[in-house]
Amino acid sequence: MIQITINNKKIETEKDKTILEIARENNIYIPTLCFHSDLTAHASCRLCLVSIKGINNPQTACSTIVENGMEIETENPEIAKLRKTNLELLFAQHKEECSDCVLLYNCQFLKLAKELNANISRFSDRKKDFPAIEFGPSVVFDSSKCIDCRNCVEVCQNQAVGYLEVGGKDSFYQITPSPTKSCIYCGQCIAHCPVGAFEAKSEFEQIEEPLNNKNKILVFQFAPSIRSSIGEEFEMPHGTIVTEQLVGAIKQLGADYVFDVSVGADFTTFEEAKEIVEKFKSNKPSLLMSSCCPSWVRFVEKYYPEFIPNIATAKPPHIILGGLIKTYWASCEKISPKKIFVVSVMPCVAKKYEIVRKEMLFKYNGTSYAPVDYVLTTRELAYLLKKRGIDLAKAKPQKADNPFGDPSGSGVIYGASGGVMESAIRTALKILGAYSAPSAVKSIRGQEGIKVSQVEINGKILNVAAVNGTGNAKIILEQLRKNPGLYQCVEVMACPGGCIGGGGQPLPNDKTIRTKRAQALYDIDEQKKVRTAFDNPDLQKVYKEFLKNEKIIKQICHTKYSL
Amino acid sequence: MIIEQLKQSGLLGRSGSNFPVWKKWEAVKNISADKKFVICNASEGEPEVFKDAFILENYLPEVIDGVKIALQEIGASTAYIYLNKNFYLKYKNKLLQLIENSPIELFEKPSGYLAGEETAILSTIEGRRVEPRIKPPFPTEKGLWGKPTLINNVETFYWVNKIAKGEYSHNRFYCISGDTPNPGVYELPETFTIKQTLERTTNYQLPATNYFYQIGGGAVGEILLDTELSQPIKGLASIIIFNKEKENPIDLMKNWVQFLMLQNCDQCAPCREGLYRINEILQQIKEKPTEEQLKTLSDIFDVLEKSSLCPFGHTAYLPFKTAIEKLT
Ligand code: SF4
Ligand code: SF4
Ligand code: SF4
Ligand code: FES
Repeated sequence: MIQITINNKKIETEKDKTILEIARENNIYIPTLCFHSDLTAHASCRLCLVSIKGINNPQTACSTIVENGMEIETENPEIAKLRKTNLELLFAQHKEECSDCVLLYNCQFLKLAKELNANISRFSDRKKDFPAIEFGPSVVFDSSKCIDCRNCVEVCQNQAVGYLEVGGKDSFYQITPSPTKSCIYCGQCIAHCPVGAFEAKSEFEQIEEPLNNKNKILVFQFAPSIRSSIGEEFEMPHGTIVTEQLVGAIKQLGADYVFDVSVGADFTTFEEAKEIVEKFKSNKPSLLMSSCCPSWVRFVEKYYPEFIPNIATAKPPHIILGGLIKTYWASCEKISPKKIFVVSVMPCVAKKYEIVRKEMLFKYNGTSYAPVDYVLTTRELAYLLKKRGIDLAKAKPQKADNPFGDPSGSGVIYGASGGVMESAIRTALKILGAYSAPSAVKSIRGQEGIKVSQVEINGKILNVAAVNGTGNAKIILEQLRKNPGLYQCVEVMACPGGCIGGGGQPLPNDKTIRTKRAQALYDIDEQKKVRTAFDNPDLQKVYKEFLKNEKIIKQICHTKYSL
Repeated sequence: MIIEQLKQSGLLGRSGSNFPVWKKWEAVKNISADKKFVICNASEGEPEVFKDAFILENYLPEVIDGVKIALQEIGASTAYIYLNKNFYLKYKNKLLQLIENSPIELFEKPSGYLAGEETAILSTIEGRRVEPRIKPPFPTEKGLWGKPTLINNVETFYWVNKIAKGEYSHNRFYCISGDTPNPGVYELPETFTIKQTLERTTNYQLPATNYFYQIGGGAVGEILLDTELSQPIKGLASIIIFNKEKENPIDLMKNWVQFLMLQNCDQCAPCREGLYRINEILQQIKEKPTEEQLKTLSDIFDVLEKSSLCPFGHTAYLPFKTAIEKLT
């Protein structure tokens, strides 16, 4: 332990921490912009300046490690002036387009301007003519807003993608997409940009489009992880569960039906569990990897194609549910599938890309359909609600519609890293008659990047791993390259903490926030009577009445990825 | 032993840093680590400065000997001679001969002035982007590949050799250039004032009020008037002489700022945006800067000096601040 003072307050603390960390632990405020706790301190904005006795110039709190006896001052006229000028310089390279910005309701940059009394138009906009660049059907980078902190470059490197680079110098370096690599559309650049330079494709321009399908039956379905995150957009504490208000609010928006993707997750689980059961029966089980995350699938396709055959063929939850809505449900309701417009509310910008993949299509009575017609991210839905004057906090709580409104607990934990695996194992054990407690593999929960466990039935052991972040996935894939028998089942989510940390989720997003969002999902699971997909009566009914043979199961629930 | 001699000699880093050489050596020597490195910085890149060029041309064996002394003294596994392109082409063969079997490697610096900054050298040799790093940790603790690393410049290693031989005369090398009859590199006492140096080398021109001087390098050097020459040089020993009648200070500043904008790494806000705005304002100045322009410039100088991420930014304000104060 060492002793320091901040603003004359004596503080005992461990070594190896930064001034910023210690200040935050002690509720001492220091303004920051470029710092993100998921990343290393780049110390580029130069706003978190503090004075340290005996050191000539102010130092940046986010990057300076404390030393014994340090006497630190977080406010004085000199640093106030420096912060103000630096902020004005930063604003001079950022074209304000506040009305359609992902940070509109939560902009640290503008808050700082107020707080530091900065004149945000002291200088002309250096980047006013800089272009917006689209990354496939998912992400847009508006380079006229970029303040060059390079967080996105680091996060994209941490994803083991490296699509974002610091481009060649012609008086200025600037962030540019790599000409040789492929973006996997995870949207982590969106989640880590301090100034809203990234957004989902058509995040603002087209969000009302789904509502314009007046002559269609408008069906909304919302992903597992939304229920514990969207509340943040309406100033509720992190991890507030809003499932029923959400349904009410979406209905108010004009949706005819609202279903829960967690029910779709129960179907995905059931299909994957069947494959796991096969592994328990086989003597030399091959490797099975999850398929729910489109960024992960794309990561394999682009960077580790030799593993494509190992990706589970089960379709992602909202795709299966979309398929069931347009077939099973449509025929129950006597609606033509062509008249149904399915909108998925997702934590994820890659889902915008997923729904246009041909692998997701299904054939029914000779016609080919897209299971899902539109994806709105969590943020987009929140924005749409606000635009229409709908306050989630005041929305009338309603249950999601039958027959896809009541998931098992394991369908809900899909939104957190480890949840897909845990669900599949619960059901596999159930099928094998070996299920006892819901938390059979609790050790694969949590925010760690790589979590491993073993599942044993009758002396037979499966090694399983739950991974989040494609950077961590790379580690596992490299291990598997050398030692193919290392794991039999691997779940990968591209985003930190799984979909609760997805690129379409409310901002900001850091480890503490992700932990709370995930915990809320596990709390819902705890409360549920039905904890395994297998036991979901709605699911059993669909299998009995509709998914009766392999052919139709294959059409709706499975796909195949190929090189 | 040599460290004690360095301490006695009072030798200061000749790159302009002025840091006591023995302290760096001792720091690296005393840390225990499985590997340690030595880097000889031969990347000289300030406009108008050719002092290291002179030393390499005339005293290559002495410099390499200094590096070998360091290798031995601190128990380093490898030394790198970090050479700019010209030096690399010119001295490669000679150097390889001098190095013989010692664990000394040559490294060709990529173009760009910033690549000569201490921590940027580390990134470059490691094969990363040419960018300064946040200090601390200092290279003496965590340098190349995280190992303790001693970085000194060419001239420093030259004097180490002299000190080891007991031949140190408390001289240093002065580089004189610009509008002057006898430009060149001269070895003179380190205590000499600028005026003495100019007089001794017959570069002191009259009437003195006709001239101004840039001390410390052709882009980031400070501007001095003839009345300010009775002081020794603390940083980089470079004197550039300008004739007031021939020079337009605003044009000069434009050249400097454009050079600096091209050379910086664009990491931190004050340097990346500050230099851009200095340029913008310089382009707008008619004859004399307005009050408002002066205020803005002074705010920018302030953030550069006090809040930049690396030494490049910390000193980049100096030529502008002093030129505006003294010449406009
Ligand atoms: S979406 Fe993901 S892969 Fe694409 S640029 Fe952003 S961080 Fe990189
Ligand atoms: S786009 Fe955002 S995260 Fe990336 S460098 Fe610019 S400001 Fe930083
Ligand atoms: S982890 Fe979830 S939110 Fe992130 S890319 Fe994958 S599916 Fe989308
Ligand atoms: S928050 Fe520390 S420099 Fe940006």
